[in-house]
Amino acid sequence: MSDVLLSAQGLRLAFGGVKAADGIDLDVRRGEFLAIIGPNGAGKTTFINMTTGYLRPQAGIITYEGQAITGMAPRRIVARGIARSFQLPQLFTEHTVLENVALAIAAREGPWSPLAPLLRPRWREEAVDLLERFGLTSIAGARADALNEGARKLADIAMAVALKPRLLLMDEPTSGVAANEKMEVVETLARVLRAAQVTAVFVEHDMDVVERFADRVAVWSQGRIAALGPPAEVLSDPQVQRDVIGIERHAAA
Amino acid sequence: MRRTETLLAIGGAALLVLLAILAPWLRFVLTIALAKGVAVLGILLLLRAGQVSFGHALYLSFGAYTVAFLAPAMPEALILMPVAMLLSGLLGLVIGLFVSRYRDIFFSMLNLAISMVFYSLLEKLYHYTKGTDGIRVGVPRFLGMALERDQFEWAMFGTALVLALAIGCFVRLYLASPMGQALSAIKTRETRLEFMGLPARAVLLSAYVLSALMGGLAGSIIAMTTRHVTPLLGYWTVSGELVFIAILGGAGAALGPFLGAVTFELVRVYAAASFADAWQAILGLVLLGVILFFSRGLWGMVESLWRRRA
Ligand SMILES: Nc1ncnc2c1ncn2[C@@H]1O[C@H](COP(=O)(O)OP(=O)(O)OP(=O)(O)O)[C@@H](O)[C@H]1O
Ligand SMILES: [Mg+2]
Repeated sequence: MSDVLLSAQGLRLAFGGVKAADGIDLDVRRGEFLAIIGPNGAGKTTFINMTTGYLRPQAGIITYEGQAITGMAPRRIVARGIARSFQLPQLFTEHTVLENVALAIAAREGPWSPLAPLLRPRWREEAVDLLERFGLTSIAGARADALNEGARKLADIAMAVALKPRLLLMDEPTSGVAANEKMEVVETLARVLRAAQVTAVFVEHDMDVVERFADRVAVWSQGRIAALGPPAEVLSDPQVQRDVIGIERHAAA
Repeated sequence: MRRTETLLAIGGAALLVLLAILAPWLRFVLTIALAKGVAVLGILLLLRAGQVSFGHALYLSFGAYTVAFLAPAMPEALILMPVAMLLSGLLGLVIGLFVSRYRDIFFSMLNLAISMVFYSLLEKLYHYTKGTDGIRVGVPRFLGMALERDQFEWAMFGTALVLALAIGCFVRLYLASPMGQALSAIKTRETRLEFMGLPARAVLLSAYVLSALMGGLAGSIIAMTTRHVTPLLGYWTVSGELVFIAILGGAGAALGPFLGAVTFELVRVYAAASFADAWQAILGLVLLGVILFFSRGLWGMVESLWRRRA
């Protein structure tokens, strides 16, 4: 079994004149937590979109477990074990949080049973259990459109985790989560993912989170990877400090 | 609310039987109303996904003409009904494979367009369909028995009632199942379904085929009750009527369509008798009132009355 779970080679994608991906080469190692940092518009979300089949790169290939998945439909990529969460939470707004997670479980297990309820005991139990691990028990019965941003974000991630992926791509999992809860939330998330042996790629603007939870950091800049390595090394690089962290501090202030 | 719904369904069924006994001429109207209620249940499934079909008269007329064509060779009501239903479902599968790719106004209009093609075929292929004159349907046997006209009408009323209850139960279970719940997920966040690996098109297609089955079954009941089918049953105004009834009755529960259909048919009969030219205006006003005061239809009205009492 190869050490590399996901591999991107020479990904290119331009929107008009904007090069959102301008030759991305990246290997994601089995079991690691890889953080993606970089200024707004650097192409971080675009990378996730290409990897999950939402966007087809104009050039380059993506392999997962050694097999090409470039340009496959999102549905077929999920089936292989890649799930994602979204920068803007994508919840089913007419459903409760519990039902949202149950729908993800149904998607995983197959929804084709027209007479058994969605909230059948086994699925309900699993959903309740998952929400508990995310600290969302108190809002399990709330409609998804009634949540605050932090809770929406977590519910969105819980749905992705419910798919039991082997690779999880998270787009800014902590944005919208209150500053004083952030570390605890990430702690919990990391525990859940490690326990399930999930490899995680996450876009993150908070350098404290990156420093503490990432095994490696990739720095995105204008559709390219400007630096890649362990957080201690990358985050102390003067150029990264100037180009990314300075901007992040500025944006956060 | 679930137990309430069951009680209301049983109470409503008993009330219909009572009406049919007390006012025999209403039996005909109520049978048609129950049949239309079944067709509207199909509309309700699609509404859950946010999709409005303006062409489901197609399945109504397809089911009706299937009965008209097959009745001479196979004069047995309890065979004609399932055959019409299955053939209609098959047609729904073929058309559904195409229309389930589209959403919103495109979905609505494609259904309308296809139903209008079928309507004009019914009208133009005079050699087979007798055009606008339509086809008379003889009284078929029922469970192998040759019934008197009156007895047959009772049999059709009873069958429609039993089918309405059974299909109502099915739809209620279906809506609570992952398939049904995924329908409203299509309305709110279809792309997320794809990113979870749940094929939205197949979910919508399943509902579409079910709606075609229900439409075909309803059409077969209407054909054997009116015993005369004309292309008019496939005209776009009939499709509009089904949507009208769905909104009137309320899409919140499986009882809504029947509440809507019975109200619709009764208002039509009484308004037409009292104000010959104004019955459409009266129906319009009824719907306007319901929408203004109870946006969730007659069922929403019943629900809130019930809550207030409890
Ligand atoms: N579907 C699209 N159509 C057109 N332009 C797009 C599209 N998606 C992204 N872009 C452009 O590509 C560039 C990269 O966008 P992307 O969303 O990947 O950035 P990002 O790094 O995720 O930024 P942020 O931190 O703001 O989320 C931006 O200039 C963006 O405007
Ligand atoms: Mg982004």
